[in-house]
Amino acid sequence: MSNRAPLAIGKPLLFLALALPALWLVWQWLAFAAGAPHHLGFNPQETSNRFSGLWALRCLLLTLALRPFSQAIGRPWPLALRRMTGLYAFAYALMHLSSYLGLDLLFDWKTFTRDLLERPYIGFGMATLALLLPLALTSTRRAVRRLGARRWLALHRLVYIAGILAVSHFLLLAKGDLREAQIYAALIAGLLLLRIPRRYFLRDIRGQRAQGPANG
Amino acid sequence: MLIRRQEAWMERESDVTPESLYRNRRELIRGLGAAALAAPLLGCGPGGETTEKEADAPAGRYAGVPANSRYRAEDAPTDYEAATAYNNFYEFGTGKSDPARHAGAMVTDPWSVRVEGAVERPGTYAFDDLVRRSDLEERIYRHRCVEAWSMVIPWIGVPLATVIARLGPTADAKFVQFETLADPAVMPGLSYPVLDWPYVEGLRLDEAMHPLSLLAVGLYGRVLPNQNGAPLRLVVPWKYGFKSIKSIVAIRFLERQPATSWNRAAPHEYGFYANVNPEVPHPRWSQASERRIGEFRRRKTLPFNGYADLVAPLYAGMDLRRNF
Repeated sequence: MSNRAPLAIGKPLLFLALALPALWLVWQWLAFAAGAPHHLGFNPQETSNRFSGLWALRCLLLTLALRPFSQAIGRPWPLALRRMTGLYAFAYALMHLSSYLGLDLLFDWKTFTRDLLERPYIGFGMATLALLLPLALTSTRRAVRRLGARRWLALHRLVYIAGILAVSHFLLLAKGDLREAQIYAALIAGLLLLRIPRRYFLRDIRGQRAQGPANG
Repeated sequence: MLIRRQEAWMERESDVTPESLYRNRRELIRGLGAAALAAPLLGCGPGGETTEKEADAPAGRYAGVPANSRYRAEDAPTDYEAATAYNNFYEFGTGKSDPARHAGAMVTDPWSVRVEGAVERPGTYAFDDLVRRSDLEERIYRHRCVEAWSMVIPWIGVPLATVIARLGPTADAKFVQFETLADPAVMPGLSYPVLDWPYVEGLRLDEAMHPLSLLAVGLYGRVLPNQNGAPLRLVVPWKYGFKSIKSIVAIRFLERQPATSWNRAAPHEYGFYANVNPEVPHPRWSQASERRIGEFRRRKTLPFNGYADLVAPLYAGMDLRRNF
């Protein structure tokens, strides 16, 4: 199977699929503003904060899952989707911040500052966004050339830290029932574990090559 | 001559929905019938269900209950629909719509309450023996959830002090503990230990005897919907909502401060007193402001939820930052 075929269909499809939640949320707010029926519930800001945050996390997870997925199916094409899903994660994170800072706090900077200082989960959320920002800014081919592949890769490993911060943010804000946040934490942990042993494994092989066969 | 002083915590008459409108709300809602009929077809969710619920509910059971004009919170009462569909009642699930979805299975009639501990007349009381129709009055209270949202609810209830006085706490009784029903057959939330079931809450005896403390049996002139804590719940409006325990099956009079569920689960987050206090932040919610359900902007949270005039003396000399 060529590398092009799944991408030619899959990429636009995924692009559309990931745009839908954002379009839905904007549509609901427009309906709300127009006084029309909407699905934002009795606490629209809460719904909106939660919804945009969940999609940011899902896109981040998807981005992290694409390499293991590519390895699992033995084909490289999923790797070519990472820029798009990563940028979606950033876009949803921005939407999440806008929902909270704009629609929820109505740009009340004093409250925002207090939130940032008093509530650890807000700090974790802002740190996640701060880590995703340089990744989004260096997502172009030109940025790869300018930074050099090695430095660019090192920078983009921050996405793992962003994943850890994002689920920490979720775990810290949950009241009593941590189950949903724990599911996301487990997924992130699983994806991280998939990465770490492989690198140790490679090092072992290299070590074995250097030292000759080990005890087995 | 009766001089009615307008105190800070009192809702101004002018701010409350005009009584004629309020009393005629069913007609008004019926007038919206056409829109409501179309709504479910458009899949627009909660709005469309109003007429059906209004019609189904045993309307008017408490319609003639006299309003206590001393306790009338300002601002329009929250929409009945929101007050009965956006709830925390973790025994039925942790989602806000879970209680309305699942609580219908709870049987609230017959209902009995165990009265135990340092009290002269302990025993198991049938609902009607604990709450008499002639005790009932309507009060409009602000309700402030620890999650920084709030509502305004016209409750039907009996002053807790009236009930306690009849039960006759002994000199040893310093605290009152309340317990919620824990029936796994009808409460799907019990299958997961979010909290250590059954849910328990408590008050100091003087807090319980305070005239603001209410045992509610209804809202908006009707019997309490199950998701709101039928058939009998506590309402202590100067404290965060989780203190206002629902579906009470036991009342205990104790010498020592009783365990309370959220305090036990996270003692550094939820204190025993849990008085509404904008000065004491919570690790998850700023308590300085709140969203009144139905309003877009946040509003400032008032000390003791606006009832400071009445209840602050209960805590004279106490450090309310430490005793949060």
